[in-house]
Amino acid sequence: MTTYSAGSNLEKIFKSGKKAVTGECGPPRGADAEHFRHKANFLKGCVDAVNVTDNQTAVVRFCSLAASKILLEMGIEPVMQMVTRDMNRIALQSNILGAAAMGIKNLLCLTGDHQSFGDHPQSKNVHDLDSVQLANTLRMMRDEGKMISGTEVQGRPQMFIGAAANPFADPQEFRVVRMGKKIAAGVQFIQTQCIYNMERFHKFMEMANDMGLTEKAYIMAGITPLKSVGMANYMKKFVPGLDVPDSYITRLKGVPKDKQAAEGIKIAVEQIHECLAMKGIAGIHLMAIEWEERVPEILETAGLLPRPTVS
Amino acid sequence: MIRAVGKPIEEIIGMVQDFNKLLIAGCDGCVTVCEAGGLKEVKVLAAALRLYFTQAGTSKQIEETSLTRQCDKEYLAQLRDSIDGYDAVVSLACGVGAQFVADMYTKKVVFPGVNTSFMGATEERGWYVERCQGCGQCILAETGGVCPIARCSKRMLNGPCGGSEAGKCEVAPDIPCGWELIYERLKTLGQLDRFEKPVTPKDWTTSRDGGVRKILREDLRV
Repeated sequence: MTTYSAGSNLEKIFKSGKKAVTGECGPPRGADAEHFRHKANFLKGCVDAVNVTDNQTAVVRFCSLAASKILLEMGIEPVMQMVTRDMNRIALQSNILGAAAMGIKNLLCLTGDHQSFGDHPQSKNVHDLDSVQLANTLRMMRDEGKMISGTEVQGRPQMFIGAAANPFADPQEFRVVRMGKKIAAGVQFIQTQCIYNMERFHKFMEMANDMGLTEKAYIMAGITPLKSVGMANYMKKFVPGLDVPDSYITRLKGVPKDKQAAEGIKIAVEQIHECLAMKGIAGIHLMAIEWEERVPEILETAGLLPRPTVS
Repeated sequence: MIRAVGKPIEEIIGMVQDFNKLLIAGCDGCVTVCEAGGLKEVKVLAAALRLYFTQAGTSKQIEETSLTRQCDKEYLAQLRDSIDGYDAVVSLACGVGAQFVADMYTKKVVFPGVNTSFMGATEERGWYVERCQGCGQCILAETGGVCPIARCSKRMLNGPCGGSEAGKCEVAPDIPCGWELIYERLKTLGQLDRFEKPVTPKDWTTSRDGGVRKILREDLRV
């Protein structure tokens, strides 16, 4: 019998040997839960779990804990993201316990974008812990029943531990080592940064396979469909650590403006197929940013629907 | 050494305009080295204030001095005989010195003439870069002599974040990625294995998070 550390749907899919698919849904910059539900509804039934971002790009939004709870109520499994930028170890551990108490079973441990990118650049940052330490903290709380202080946890948080990896940041040769460090700290699944440079991603995965990391954690390839030439240029220029090759931009430019979205989806589907064929890829993390309504179509075209059910 | 930059003259004018007898007090320590608050800057500031207030038709008495160090009582005591002759002091020392003036001369209004910035080094004249945040528990032995607390914008302890690109920090292209520096240095030293070991959460009690810090050296006290 398979044993689970958290028993989330996502963990079960991975352990069944099937390719997993996760989506992403960013909470709004206000208390409009209806808008969030509307976006999330497009993902229901199409993905195995949905990431809820935690004040992504350091812009204030409603919190990932509340948004995860809303997903649970909708019958959607959340992957709650948590960044170490805004909370110290007291608040982080407290939110882990609260999230677990509400039935959230997947946690993605992140450091977070610097607040200089966001809407409150004057704020203080915390960074009491980094993402590796956050993952290790959750592992300790879950597996050893201890907080960082050594205090015993009354009721261990049963959570499947995730983290991000950016194969395109520098120093390039260290990126796989850093992912290994996260896995050694307790990370069980990895979602990569949006992949556009396939050649570089192939190299990253080769190194990950060589280091045996794909045996130790489930690696999901991060895919973000390009909606337009404008978006491609923006991603290339302004998003830290993103590498959009000119070939994709040329391809999008080569079609009429009203066909660019379709071409972007075509590229995404090609990327999904190419990634799934790579050794060591356990799934796809589809980040259709403010484009949730197209997720079913993308996954259908990619042959990833219907999603498997596991018990 | 402590690095500071002079406050804008408009800000200083705003602070002192209601006072008639002013002492501009420099410090011969750190702020002299970074050319923000030594005797030279005292003279420049005093001249600028005199010019401004003369043109504004206001008469003010503005005197100049600089002390060996404003963070030591023995040097501050040199102001004891003259301080009552002034309505306010503009200290061009760092925040430590300015506070020590206020500590010693409790009835005197003390204004800061500089913004104290950080502990840093002189890359070149006029180019100072932060190197230490005084966390109270030095880890340089582990990180190839490059401090991730001071030189990583997120104070990360387990390697660079995903925003490190071509050796630069995601915060600004003129900030080198601290972890890229650590990585290169460890590579040079043949110590890259240090990277692979997870670093546990730091104890910040020796940093400012533990409350106001002090050092009590019994061996030095008489």
